[in-house]
Amino acid sequence: MGYVAVTGGQEAIEASIELLKEYRAKGCQELDIQVVRDRMALLIDRIMSEAGLYAPDYAALALKQCEGSPEEAVFLLRAYRSTLQRNYVSKTVSGEDMHIRRRISSAFKDIPGGQMLGATYDYVHRLLDFSLKNEKEEELEAWRDSFVQSHAQNEYVTLSDTAPRVLDLLRAEGLLEDVEEDTSEPCDVTMEKLPLPAPRSAILQTLTRADTGFVSGLAYSDIRGFGMSHPTIGELRYGKLSIEVVYPLDEEESWYVGDICVTEVEGLMGERPDKSGIGVGYGCVFGRNDTKAIAMAVLDHALTLDIDSPTSDMEFVLLHGDCLEMNGFISHLKLPHYVTFQSKLDSLRHRKKEGNWK
Amino acid sequence: MNKKMPILTGRNITVRFGEGCPYCMTHTELEKGRCPFCHTIWAVRDVSFNLYPGEILGIVGESGSGKSTLLKTLYFDVPATAGDVRLTLYHEGKDNILHCSTQNQRYLRNHLMGMVYQNPMLGLRMDLSSGANIAEKLIAAGNRNAGQMMKRCQGLLQHVEIPVERMKDAPKVFSGGMQQRVQISKAIANNPPILFLDEVTTGLDLSVQAKVLDLIRTIQQELGIAMMIVSHDLAVIRMMSDRTMVMLGGRVVEEGLTDQILEDPLHEYTQTLVSSLL
Amino acid sequence: MNQRVGEVQSTDYNFAFLDEGSKREIRRSVLKAVAIPGYQVPFGSRELPIGRGWGTGGIQLTMSLIGPKDVLKVIDQGNDDSVNAVSIKKLICATTGVETTTDTAEADIIQSRHRIPEEPLREDQVLVLQVPNPEPLRGVSPHEEVTRQLHGDAEYTGIWVNLFEQLLKKGTPFRGAAHPVMANHRYIMSPSPIPRYDNPKRNQAKCLYLLGAGREKKIYAVPPYTDVESLAFEDYPFRREDMSGRKCRICGAENVYFDEIYDAEKGEHYYQCSDTGYCQKRRRQQEEQGEEKHE
Repeated sequence: MGYVAVTGGQEAIEASIELLKEYRAKGCQELDIQVVRDRMALLIDRIMSEAGLYAPDYAALALKQCEGSPEEAVFLLRAYRSTLQRNYVSKTVSGEDMHIRRRISSAFKDIPGGQMLGATYDYVHRLLDFSLKNEKEEELEAWRDSFVQSHAQNEYVTLSDTAPRVLDLLRAEGLLEDVEEDTSEPCDVTMEKLPLPAPRSAILQTLTRADTGFVSGLAYSDIRGFGMSHPTIGELRYGKLSIEVVYPLDEEESWYVGDICVTEVEGLMGERPDKSGIGVGYGCVFGRNDTKAIAMAVLDHALTLDIDSPTSDMEFVLLHGDCLEMNGFISHLKLPHYVTFQSKLDSLRHRKKEGNWK
Repeated sequence: MNKKMPILTGRNITVRFGEGCPYCMTHTELEKGRCPFCHTIWAVRDVSFNLYPGEILGIVGESGSGKSTLLKTLYFDVPATAGDVRLTLYHEGKDNILHCSTQNQRYLRNHLMGMVYQNPMLGLRMDLSSGANIAEKLIAAGNRNAGQMMKRCQGLLQHVEIPVERMKDAPKVFSGGMQQRVQISKAIANNPPILFLDEVTTGLDLSVQAKVLDLIRTIQQELGIAMMIVSHDLAVIRMMSDRTMVMLGGRVVEEGLTDQILEDPLHEYTQTLVSSLL
Repeated sequence: MNQRVGEVQSTDYNFAFLDEGSKREIRRSVLKAVAIPGYQVPFGSRELPIGRGWGTGGIQLTMSLIGPKDVLKVIDQGNDDSVNAVSIKKLICATTGVETTTDTAEADIIQSRHRIPEEPLREDQVLVLQVPNPEPLRGVSPHEEVTRQLHGDAEYTGIWVNLFEQLLKKGTPFRGAAHPVMANHRYIMSPSPIPRYDNPKRNQAKCLYLLGAGREKKIYAVPPYTDVESLAFEDYPFRREDMSGRKCRICGAENVYFDEIYDAEKGEHYYQCSDTGYCQKRRRQQEEQGEEKHE
């Protein structure tokens, strides 16, 4: 059969959904959502970041529902999120108040408050550990207990009182580029179409929700030579931030509603040709995701440059990295295009008939 | 048309990049047009001129003297900071065209002006066919008859000695001289009474330069277009222009009949220019 | 021929999925779009359980307009039973419980992708079209800031130059579907990727046309009785796809837009109506007439 629309759509869809369940139900073991949440934590972080919804349990549920596809899991969370009513807006949080679990700087060896390597795969040799094939949960539990005892004193350290941000040192010395403070009301890219040119609030929101691979790839192209960033990581910190909302009846009071974990990066991006002082790029993403946060900082800065590079083209960077939009549009090519293709065929045949073919 | 009435007049045109400061607001003679205190650049400062129908007005000066910026301001590529420009053919010269709407500026560009840039990439879309490049000017002026436009494109290409069968080829596969000739045919596509030429032969081989200048001369004589020609090369100006303005640091330091300026330059800078030519 | 597609009305979600605030916001954008035919109104496109690029603009329009008593028709490629049409219908029905139909004449709201039904629409009907690329000037500039300015200035030289180039290189300015139109003598708009065959149906039409692009976050409209003109040079008149000499193998219709079917065994081309609702209706009428004759 040729180009005609498939009929029996209803039945086909239902059969397809059955088949999906068959794929999902493969194997023998029930997949506990808690296990997904706790043992696939980095994947959960990535899903929450791209979905723009901090909800580890829902992210785990989504992953279970879609056979672990990040693209589908983000989609599920986004679609769910768009039905939720927005009751409160939280108070502004600052990275300075972070309960830090990891903090590094590649600009200075010694930083006030000290560097804290924390948990990172950076220095792990990537060798497949075959012993994990037969890992026993009881052994793990015993290991956990001893670990907790020995590290009892090494829980979160609040550095905000004693440790200024690394960049504050440079700022105090006047070595950073002068930036005008922007006190305008931030825009909300989930509620309105991205305004162009986009204000910084919209840029940062779009980048932090963007697809991890897209952000990293673009930042890579920028550093490698298609842009002109030569970043040094002033500071990368990861930890917990407490979220509070203003008590509706008394603006002086606020409620603590929970914690979120974020990775925050302040990148030193080099000097502009026409300005003195080091330019700064900022990145902040949900969860543990150093690469995305650094890449975001690179792009944040690249977008302020007036040069002819893909990473400095605001519409190029901001309009093509949304997980739902890019995957939705690419996958829509699977939809029937019989009518439009028929129109194309007509044009080609007409040209042949009229002798406009070579 | 009355020969004595200018077709285009400019009065006190100023193009400034920067806010200016008490020093540079009052001191007009700045090295390279740049204020030593606030670093404001006075690209064009208080320039006035008359352009008469059918004449060629040359503008000569070193790089950075503001001559290209002046042309681009008249063609609305660069906004003027201040000044007054009137076109006799537009509302009988009653309106300062620097202040008219973008739509009206587009109208003026498409009907009454043509521009040939030094860099053909500014005037042409390099990967579009030459035919469509020229047709762009016709379409912009409201033509919607494809056959008529095809014919006009063919005629124009012949006029500038480009084989008609190259109409489907994109300028990017052409030589520099051919690209300039495509630009010229595009610029004159709507028979504008005014043509601006910005360093059109810079960067071309000498023999090609001569051909292109020859072509411009011929077109000027055949069509009677008034032209403003910008060049850093006094030889080009001597060959082409009836009258000449000499620019330095954004200002006009000397103007007059080209012969007169070459024979008897008054300003020190012009004297250096002329002596280097001889 | 009315049928219920959604068996259960889900109580987990608001009527028509979106919350009332979002629906109101979309309707406000629709009003603006209707007031300025062909002008692309930006809107805060919401995320839906259906993929971006799969009709989310159209769905949001339908969801914001639909009431419990409305009768809905959804088609894709003219086909009521195409997978995506079914999927969209399922979502709308599950959250509204409205009745659906395949008969164009019975529907209050028709959501469509790539086709305008063969049967002319009435003043009391709304046709919602799904649009992937709402910007007809995307081929002139990839930048939204630039194209927005060009629309503002009604500066459409670029799109005409592209048509001229197409004519010069390929001998015809008509390339395929989504051929741009001029709405109300002011805004050039994309008709959505409908075949050129359907373009003239929009001129001075009786119904309201709403076009929604969910991914690109734009809504635009053609109100009833509006001049809509397909772009064409004076000496190369607008040409629709040539459907002459073709006949539907099912209902015998001529002068409609056809699907082309290739029978590999016989090596022959067959044609059948792309608008399946129209085809079915003709068949039913033929059967009824046949029965009458029989009696």
